[in-house]
Amino acid sequence: MATNYEDRMRGGGGYDGDDDQDRRPMGGRGQGRRMHRRRVCRFCIDKVDLIDFKDVRLLQNYLPERGKILPRRISGNCATHQRMLAEAIKRARNIALLPYTTD
Amino acid sequence: MDNKRQYEVVFIIDPTADDEVSRLTESFTQIVTDQGGVVTKAETMGKRQLAYEILHHKDGTFVLLEIEGSGREIAELERRMRVNDRVLRYITVRVDEDRRRAEKLKDRRARKAAKRPAPGSQARRGQAMDFAESSGE
Repeated sequence: MATNYEDRMRGGGGYDGDDDQDRRPMGGRGQGRRMHRRRVCRFCIDKVDLIDFKDVRLLQNYLPERGKILPRRISGNCATHQRMLAEAIKRARNIALLPYTTD
Repeated sequence: MDNKRQYEVVFIIDPTADDEVSRLTESFTQIVTDQGGVVTKAETMGKRQLAYEILHHKDGTFVLLEIEGSGREIAELERRMRVNDRVLRYITVRVDEDRRRAEKLKDRRARKAAKRPAPGSQARRGQAMDFAESSGE
């Protein structure tokens, strides 16, 4: 009996893990062209609570050559941090720390 | 007044008027103080290249002011900066709410980190004991 319970416990734990793995290919929009590893939010890892619009060095990482804000599906940022980042970038653009566009 | 608002004001000064930077900063500080606000920090971020041209200027001197007050001094300060030809651009950001939120998140994280290991390990031990009992039956 005891071993049964243990098996069920392990199975339950395993399901959670499987769910997470199932979500990954779905994020790649089907097609299976490119299997990108699901990236995690770097701000969450670093436990960032506030993104400063004066921190040009940081913000520039999220502005590709064209000067557009890097979308979340590529950077892997969480919604909260992407919002904070976008806000900071827009403020930085306003005072000419960052470009609106680059030709 | 406990609910003082905090602001960050960044403005860009015409680089050809470099000798006026400290004078301008002082006069702006004076305006804020006159209106009942407090300048908690005044920092010259230095001359920087602008990401795009503003009034045909390619670079400018950036100055940061941190202000604490009711908000009325901000209105006056912005009016003065708008009129001043030396100020190419300014931005005011209210920061107290965001900072308070960040503080709260930090506190919560600290509390969680302190709390979590203890009950987690206890719960696991509790479950293991349950299984031991059921196997006994």
